[in-house]
Amino acid sequence: MSRRILIVDDEPNIVLSLEYLMKKEGFETAVAVDGDDALSQAAEFTPDLILLDVMMPKKSGFEVCQALRANPAMAATKIIMLTAKGREAEVAKGLALGADAYVTKPFSTKDLVLLIKSHLA
Amino acid sequence: MLQGWVIVLASFGYLGILFAIAWYADRRADAGRSLISNPMVYALSLGVYCTTWTFYGSVGRAVASGIGYLPIYLGPTLLFALAGFVLVKMIRVAKANRITSIADFVASRYGKSQFLGGLVTVIAVVGVVPYIALQLKAVSNSFAILSSYPEIIMPTMSGAVPLLQDSALYVALILAAFTILFGTRHLDATERHEGMVAAIAVESIVKLVAFLAVGVFVVWGVHEGVGDIFTRAYAVPEISSRLATADSPAAYGTWGTLIFLSLFAALLLPRQFQIAVVENVDVSHLSRAVWMFPLYLFLINLFVLPVALAGLLHFQGGGVDADTFVLTLPMAHQQEALALFVYIGGLSAATGMVIVETIALSTMVCNDLVMPLLLRVPQLGLAERTDFTGLLLGIRRGAIAIILGLGYLYFRVAGEAYALVSIGLISFAAVAQFAPVVIGGLFWKGGTRDGALAGLAAGFVLWTYTLLLPSFAKSGWLPDGFIAHGLFGIELLRPQHLLGLTGLDEITHSLVWSLLVNLGFYIGVSLQRAPNMREARQATLFVGGTEAADIPRWRSSAGVADLLPLAARFIGLEKAQVAFASHARERGLKGFEELPADARLVNFAESLLAGAIGSASSRAMVASVVTEEPLGIAEVMNILDEASQVRSYAREVEEKSLELTRATAELREANAQLRQLDRMKDDFISTVSHELRTPLTSIRAFSEMLQEDPKIDLTQRSRFLGIIVNETVRLSRLISQILDLAKLESGRAEWTVEAVDVGEMLSDAVDSLAVLFEEKHVKLEIEPCESGLIVLADCDRLIQVMVNLLSNALKFAPADTGYVKVGAGGTASEVRVYVSDNGPGIPIEDQKLIFDKFQQGAGTSELLTEKPQGTGLGLPISRQIIEYFHGRLWVESAPGSVTRFVFTLPRQARDNDANSK
Repeated sequence: MSRRILIVDDEPNIVLSLEYLMKKEGFETAVAVDGDDALSQAAEFTPDLILLDVMMPKKSGFEVCQALRANPAMAATKIIMLTAKGREAEVAKGLALGADAYVTKPFSTKDLVLLIKSHLA
Repeated sequence: MLQGWVIVLASFGYLGILFAIAWYADRRADAGRSLISNPMVYALSLGVYCTTWTFYGSVGRAVASGIGYLPIYLGPTLLFALAGFVLVKMIRVAKANRITSIADFVASRYGKSQFLGGLVTVIAVVGVVPYIALQLKAVSNSFAILSSYPEIIMPTMSGAVPLLQDSALYVALILAAFTILFGTRHLDATERHEGMVAAIAVESIVKLVAFLAVGVFVVWGVHEGVGDIFTRAYAVPEISSRLATADSPAAYGTWGTLIFLSLFAALLLPRQFQIAVVENVDVSHLSRAVWMFPLYLFLINLFVLPVALAGLLHFQGGGVDADTFVLTLPMAHQQEALALFVYIGGLSAATGMVIVETIALSTMVCNDLVMPLLLRVPQLGLAERTDFTGLLLGIRRGAIAIILGLGYLYFRVAGEAYALVSIGLISFAAVAQFAPVVIGGLFWKGGTRDGALAGLAAGFVLWTYTLLLPSFAKSGWLPDGFIAHGLFGIELLRPQHLLGLTGLDEITHSLVWSLLVNLGFYIGVSLQRAPNMREARQATLFVGGTEAADIPRWRSSAGVADLLPLAARFIGLEKAQVAFASHARERGLKGFEELPADARLVNFAESLLAGAIGSASSRAMVASVVTEEPLGIAEVMNILDEASQVRSYAREVEEKSLELTRATAELREANAQLRQLDRMKDDFISTVSHELRTPLTSIRAFSEMLQEDPKIDLTQRSRFLGIIVNETVRLSRLISQILDLAKLESGRAEWTVEAVDVGEMLSDAVDSLAVLFEEKHVKLEIEPCESGLIVLADCDRLIQVMVNLLSNALKFAPADTGYVKVGAGGTASEVRVYVSDNGPGIPIEDQKLIFDKFQQGAGTSELLTEKPQGTGLGLPISRQIIEYFHGRLWVESAPGSVTRFVFTLPRQARDNDANSK
């Protein structure tokens, strides 16, 4: 059974590239374009891993991450935060909120795929 | 029978009794049981104010000017009744500083200046000697009148008699001898004369009883009461006219002047100062004197008017001097005994005045004039002299003789002249010159020696010129041309109308000028510099009252070995030893040998000596044996102002700390601003980097995917490449807009300002975007607008704004059904341009936000299906441009309704437009 990945980003082109990338690796994908959408998709789609953008309308990635981690049903779900803001304070904040990894945009597609695979292994 | 020898015998008998009283009082004083330590005696002794000028002269003045004699007594009454506090302060200060005379008082107050003491002495002697002459004249006249009894013959012109037959000469000699016996029997350390005071008190009783006896005799013995006298007087026209009071403004002015003058005279005449201040035993005696002395003055004036009227009635037709009525009325009624008693009363009035005045003057002459001069002449070798007591007594005795001699001389020369008759008030005016420096010295710390000297000298000069010299001229001793025509013929310098001041009597005129100038110089010169150390210390002692008592005056190491011999030189070894021993006992020591050599001992020695030779000379003498530096002004001020300095220091600290607090707050604020700016810069950079990374992310991701998988099919490949190109364009636009905004914000943007026709500008902008609108099938129309809407702006920048607004409208307008309208209109002062679309609308809460950098309306996205394309910099840039040209840019919208962006610009006049084209 293929692993399920939820892609959360408000930037259509980034969503497009990530979708293409994940599908190519054989993952099942779903897409959310803002924070609220992300939470409802996570509940519905029950992904194994979430690629979570930080800067989004309605709810930021941090808020989404915090809400997910507060839900025991989601405890096993891996969260990889993706952000164009690479400041150390933000990396630390993301990890403190329960993210499993933190990737800075623009990212290397190869590295991202490896990272996702290692977390799902 | 009143033969000459009877009168002489009576006179000597009276003087003998006085001397016995004085001797007894001195004995009692030496035994420590003071006879005069009694408020009654003090009040009576103040009666020395009433001289023969009162005893005989009041009736004379009443005849000449009705109740014009009264102000002379109202002044002292006011002084004692209302200004007792001045006297109390004066007495306290004088006691604390061992003041021996008015000259000593002034000298001591202004830094113990010998020169100032000398000046006061000179003024006092010049002012008072003629007054003494008046007493001699009164005594000799009364003697002459009485000895011709039962006939009433006015004495011949004085000066007409040969010298040796002149009774006034003998009166002067006897009084001199008597004064020397009274006043200089011994040199008292405190310069007080208990015997003299006791005698003066008795004399006050004698003259009062004598005057009252005449009054009672005249009113009830000769007439049938006061009413009878007045009724008779009214019947005689030339007498009744005298009963009128002041009848012109000038006369009222004169009343005021006389009250003012006599008020100061009762305080500042040397004899008044001597009795009221120097001889005062206990300051509490003043509380009785403040009503008893006015009462005394009231009683002695009680019968003045009846006696004057009775005299006028009895001696109608003249021939008898009104000044003699008191004596001649009893004589005319054959009352020998009463006449003799009146003569004795007059004698007592004269002797009381002469004795006290001469003693006071001789003390001043000795302490403030002669001693300082002698000590300054090294050839005399006085400084080495071991015993001054004899010398001091000698000088004083000599001074007494000389002063009385001068008085007699003046009497001989002046005789009946105007200068003698009016001398009472002229004397008063002279001593009134002391008022500013004395009163000022008691209440104002700012007075300096220079100010006091200048004020006194100027006042004295003016007094001399406006009062003394004219009185000499009227006596015929000087050519009187200068009175009528002024000095050197200058009208403004007429002594009795100085600078054209008229309408005042001569006394008032002189007083106004001399006191005005005196006071002006005193204050003016004093303000020229701050008081020096000595003046400041004395000022504190005089003005400050009790808190000054602790001020150390010396920092010295002179011991008993130096100071005792010094004191002994002036007051005698025995007295000096007694005084030192008592000082030692006060300090709890067995004998003066044990006294430590400290500042207190020097202070004691200085004030001991001051009692004998005056404060100025005493200071000089003590300084000659004490090798120390006087306290610096700073030190004295330190002690005085310690409290206030602490206060001011505390205030300074407080101010400094407030300043610091303020500065800290400012710094904190500045720091907060910097932090805020720093945070804003960080946020900006972070936002910019985010905005740049986002397109880069897409570009990299798609490029890598294309690179890694060459087998991607063609449709995908060209789609991905399209995205990459679009993102690159977006990236470039972003970068150029960031740079543009940075330029605008920093003010470095370049502008081409010209007259722009808004209508033309709109169509240019619309034309450039027409293709894009057609592609999305959005209708774009320009609403017709009036021509000649001219603004001063950069046309390219305005097109940039329009393109931005139109692109936004196109972005949000729905495809196919969308429409965008552009229009312009104008008022007299501005041009208004709008762009409206039928997009989803903008919520109120976002309408401000969209003008911020990188904000694309977070809330708006609810109304959008996709994230809006764009940099989030278009509106901020547009607003910068519009505001640069003094316009405004805003949005009017609501979700679901038409969105309208509007901007305004100041309108240019049409003719401007014409000119610029």
